[in-house]
Amino acid sequence: MAQSYYEATARQRLAGVLDAGSLRELLPPAERATSPHLPRLDLPVAFDDGVVVGRGTLAGRAVLAASQEGRFMGGAVGEVHGAKLTGLLERALDERPAAVLLLLESGGVRLHEANAGLIGVSETMRALLDARVAGIPVLALIGGTTGCFGGMGLVARCCDLVIMSEEGRLGMSGPEVIETVHGVEEFDSRDRALVWRTVGGKHRYALGDAQRLVPDDIAAFRAAAVAALDAAEARQPFALETLVAEHAALGERIARFGACGDALEVWRGLGVADPAALPMLDTADFLAVIERTLDHRGATRR
Amino acid sequence: MNVESLLARLFPGGHEVRVDGDFIDGNATVGGGPDAATIAVTGTAHGAAIGVELAHAMAGSVLRTVSGHPGRPLLLLVDTQGQRLRRRDELLGINAYMAHLAKCVDIARRRGHRVVSLVYGRAVSGGYIASGMMADRCYALQDAELSVMNLPAMSRVTKIPLQRLEELAQTSPVFAPGAGNYVAMGALDALWSGDLQAALAAALAAGDDLGHDGRRERGAARGGRLAALAVARQVRHGGLA
Repeated sequence: MAQSYYEATARQRLAGVLDAGSLRELLPPAERATSPHLPRLDLPVAFDDGVVVGRGTLAGRAVLAASQEGRFMGGAVGEVHGAKLTGLLERALDERPAAVLLLLESGGVRLHEANAGLIGVSETMRALLDARVAGIPVLALIGGTTGCFGGMGLVARCCDLVIMSEEGRLGMSGPEVIETVHGVEEFDSRDRALVWRTVGGKHRYALGDAQRLVPDDIAAFRAAAVAALDAAEARQPFALETLVAEHAALGERIARFGACGDALEVWRGLGVADPAALPMLDTADFLAVIERTLDHRGATRR
Repeated sequence: MNVESLLARLFPGGHEVRVDGDFIDGNATVGGGPDAATIAVTGTAHGAAIGVELAHAMAGSVLRTVSGHPGRPLLLLVDTQGQRLRRRDELLGINAYMAHLAKCVDIARRRGHRVVSLVYGRAVSGGYIASGMMADRCYALQDAELSVMNLPAMSRVTKIPLQRLEELAQTSPVFAPGAGNYVAMGALDALWSGDLQAALAAALAAGDDLGHDGRRERGAARGGRLAALAVARQVRHGGLA
C-alpha cells in the first residue's frame, strides 16, 4: 500500500526513500544540537533543530541525505538547521557519495533568528554548488505539507534535479505573504485550486522547474531518486554553458508566458488542448498529456 | 544614498554605468595610470522589488561579463526591498530566476572574477541572498539597511510583542535589521564610509582566498554567530550514529 509522502514526518520520508535500515544520522537528537536563540524567546526547541542529516544507501550506493521537518516551525532555517545542511554538503566533498538527497520542506528563513537563517541559506547554496562542481549530483525532493519556499526555493533550483509530487509546492513567497501585502484580489491564499496551479508540482513540471513528477507515495519518490542517480541531468556539470542555456530558456519563458494571468493560460500556451482538465488528471495521465503536447510541438523544457 | 551620488563617489573619474529604471548595468574604471582597471557593474536601484525580469537582466549582465571579458572584476550594487511579491512572479517561477542569478554570480567567482558586493541602500532577504550574498567580498555603507523583515512585521508574524523584540535586539544580532548585525555575524567583510573609491580599490586588491566561504569563521571570531561554525564542522567531520 502506498505511504503518503505528504503526510509523513521527515524521518519517515528519509527511512522510506533510503534503503531500509541504512540511515546513520549525523548529529542525532541525542546530541542535542538545538537552537541557542529560541529559548531567549521562551520558545521550544527541537533536538534536531528541524532537520535530519545523515548517510545511507540508495539502491546499494552510498548517499548523503537531509530531510526537513515541516512540523517544527514550518521547516524554517535557523542557525543550527542551516549549518547542518551546509556541513552535510561539505561532507560530500570528503566522502564523494553517489548523490546528496535534499528532502525539502520549509517556509524559508526562521524569523526568530532571521539574520543567521538567511546567512545559513546562503552558505548552503554555496556548499551545494561546491558539491556539484566536484561532480556530486544534488537532488531535491519536494512533496511535504509546508511546500518549499523562501530561500529554500532558491536552494531547490540550485540542485541538478527536482523531483516533486502534485501535492508539493515550490516558490519564493507563500500565497499568504502575497495576500497580506497586496490583498486577496492579488492572491487568494484560501483558494486551494489557485494555489496549487500556481506553485504546485504539476505547474512546476509543465514549466520545467521540476524535472520529475511522481504520485504522492514515498516509494515513488524513492524510485525516482534511484533512477535519477544515473540520469543525464544529474551528470551535467555546473558550468557556464549550462547557465547560458538556462538563461535563454528563462528569457523565453518570460517572452512566451509573461502576459499570462493564470496557469491555465500558460498551459494553453504550451499547447495543451484542454488545460482546465489538467488539475483533475492523476500523475500518469497528466504526464502523458504533457509529453504528448511537448513531443507534438517539438519543444524542450528547462 | 541615491545611485547617482554613489556612482559619482565610487568613480569620480567618470563611468559608463547606466541606470535603466531599477536596473544598473555598465562598466567603470578603477584607479588611474598603469594600474587603471576596467570593472563591470550591475545591480539594482531605488529599493527595487526584484521580479523575474530584473533578476533575469542582472543575470544576463553577469553572463555577458563572464563570456565576453574573462577575469574582469564585478561589482554588484545592492538596493532592494526583496523579491517582488506578486502572483505573476510566482506563476513564472521567480525562485528559478533568483537561483539563476545566484548561480551566475557564483560561476563568475569560480572562473576567477573578483566579485565584490556593496549594499548602498536596502538589502532585504531574498533580494540579497540571490545577488550580493554570493560575492566573495561583501560590504555595506555605514547607513545601509540589511534585514529579513522589520521588527513590527516580525512581531505580527511571530506573535512576539514588539517591545520584547526591541529589547532583545539591543543585545543580540541574530534577528534584528542592521548592517552592524551582519558584520557581527560574518556576512559582511566591513562597512564603508568616507573615500569609497579607495575602499573599492582596496577590496578589489584584497587577498586571494577566493572560493573559501569564510563567513562562519568571521561570525565566530566576531562573537556574533557561534553555533554555525561548530555545527557545520561536527556534521562534516563527525562520526555517524
